[in-house]
Amino acid sequence: MTRFERLEATAAPIPIDNIDTDKILPGEFLKTVERKGLGRALFARMRYRADGSLNPDFVLNRVPWANAGILVAGANFGCGSSREHAPWALLDFGIRCIIAESFAEIFYNNCFKNGILPIVLAVPEISALRETVADAGRARVRVDLIGQTVTYGGGIELPFDIAEGRKRALIEGRDEIAETLRVRSTLLAWQQANCRELPPILLGENGGAKLGHGSGGAVLLRAA
Amino acid sequence: MPPRTMYEKIWDAHAILEMDDGTWLLHIDRHLVNEVTSPQAFEGLRMQDRTVAHPELTIAVADHNVPTDNRDGPIEDPASRLQVETLERNVEQFKVPYIPLRSARQGIVHVVGPELGLTQPGMTIVCGDSHTSTHGAFGALAFGIGTSEVEHVLATQTLRQRPSKTMLVRIDNALCAGASAKDLALHVIGTLGTAGGTGYVIEYAGAAVEALDMAGRMTLCNLTIEAGARAGMIAPDRKTFDWLHGRPNVAQGEEFDAAVERWGALRSDASAKFDKTVIIDARDVAPMVTWGTSPDAVVPINGVVPDPEDFPEQQKPQLHAMLDYMGLAPGQAIEGLPIDVVFIGSCTNGRLEDLAAAAEIVRGKKVASGVRALIVPGSGQVRLQAEDLGLDLVFLEAGFEWREAGCSMCLGMNPDRLAPGERCASTSNRNFEGRQGTGGRTHLVSPAVAAASALSGKIADPRKLER
Repeated sequence: MTRFERLEATAAPIPIDNIDTDKILPGEFLKTVERKGLGRALFARMRYRADGSLNPDFVLNRVPWANAGILVAGANFGCGSSREHAPWALLDFGIRCIIAESFAEIFYNNCFKNGILPIVLAVPEISALRETVADAGRARVRVDLIGQTVTYGGGIELPFDIAEGRKRALIEGRDEIAETLRVRSTLLAWQQANCRELPPILLGENGGAKLGHGSGGAVLLRAA
Repeated sequence: MPPRTMYEKIWDAHAILEMDDGTWLLHIDRHLVNEVTSPQAFEGLRMQDRTVAHPELTIAVADHNVPTDNRDGPIEDPASRLQVETLERNVEQFKVPYIPLRSARQGIVHVVGPELGLTQPGMTIVCGDSHTSTHGAFGALAFGIGTSEVEHVLATQTLRQRPSKTMLVRIDNALCAGASAKDLALHVIGTLGTAGGTGYVIEYAGAAVEALDMAGRMTLCNLTIEAGARAGMIAPDRKTFDWLHGRPNVAQGEEFDAAVERWGALRSDASAKFDKTVIIDARDVAPMVTWGTSPDAVVPINGVVPDPEDFPEQQKPQLHAMLDYMGLAPGQAIEGLPIDVVFIGSCTNGRLEDLAAAAEIVRGKKVASGVRALIVPGSGQVRLQAEDLGLDLVFLEAGFEWREAGCSMCLGMNPDRLAPGERCASTSNRNFEGRQGTGGRTHLVSPAVAAASALSGKIADPRKLER
């Protein structure tokens, strides 16, 4: 996981609630087998006009927000599909932090897996922040995860909350799979004590297809 | 032991240990894999030289990207073909059970899992797809995950999770004639709002929920994510057990009886405490239609498009934008809106019962001229069962297209898409801008409303159709 400690960047205001992951990255761009290269398609339907040209009214197409590293949004950011392509597209564009009134849960989780810091602020705070960064001359924002503050507008400092474990994981840029695999002996012992054996997966007589792989009598474990 | 909710019982039975970041390692009983959200996860395993810890608890099927018209040749769209072929290569390399595209068992993973009896009460089930909540209908804890989590489950058969809050949604009394599980679900989303369930696992209970058949329960749990809750669940009962009995992968004989005994104990204890309780009266539920680009923007079919000016100041610009996108005006009647396309299918409403409900309305009638109407069964099995009942002929004679199974126009990753400006009565789950195709206008409805609308060429109330 990419580490995150501090960030100073241009912040782009997107004063819209319920920005769903279809809006962040439309479905037709999910047909990729890679994580990279999705930045061009970020917010595609808002960013481009029907003929493919840039929509000059969209904030990320304007100076200085075209180089934004932070988004300041509304409520329930990232709702809808679980597609991690949404945070991948944000990251590929250069967004490392999203400040919103609230987040949808799967998206919020997905951010942490990709070194993106999602910050929740109260409505009055975020309204003032959005208005400030909408001014091209005052769009720089400093985010300090270690001190848990957002600073903008020449010294206005907003503290934010974050679960201690999530904070540490971002700062350290942990490899969660490696961590889990380190306790593999505990996992195996738990499975021995708590799981029952089930037969291999069957496709049924109507299936008309043989199961491709992995059906060769493997032991099926599941919690009792 | 203090009284526990069903969620807490399943959590306790799967929580292995607490990590130092406050998450718990949760054992995962079933991991469902699709072609869209898995390639990067398998690639991650390869890069770190890791294996799939329990391929026998994993099952893969391509659904999002697959053509539904013709399966004879290779997939035409090279990007879609690459994703399906990548999945095929990955299941081969990592020895993961796979349902091939041309198998009669292929279908939408949330339809196929229960059909095969892979979904059972008390299980933890995950998939890189937000509508995994569907499987909660069987009293399982089932939710969508991102691709990094897919990789974690593949590598370890566990997931790092923080406990959720619990919400009881109790739905009293009986649904009125003409109102379905879909209408109930849309009513619940309209009541809670799209973020009302954030942070919660919802348990549905009450007379109206008990009265639903398993297909209806799956529809209700499926749409839970549209209220922001990752998982919805319903206590397993006799209907659940009967539905599972005799399916492949479900125990038989005495073992089945023993399983039923265990499953019966999953029900929330009578004095269990939920963090929040919401009570809904099923008698308030009419056939529902969404008017906006968020699933909670919903009204009864005899309702009108709301006026953004009646809402709080902050919401007005977005509501105006929604109406602009949808080509609707405040005060406009929903019933009678002309439509271009009807889509009946998806993991929400692509089951045999959904197709039967639509066929009952369509039988002996014709699709209105100028309307394109698609029936996309949720699985190859649903398609075969419908054909056994002659439903395919009912639809074909009426002028519907009868397709192969897949996600299809629910999200338009395959060629089934709306053209800009086209208005669609859709039994799917999301009416987001561009979801069914750039510029497409989606009205989420039940199979009955979709069928009635196909015949009328307008959003139509099935209760008013001549039989």
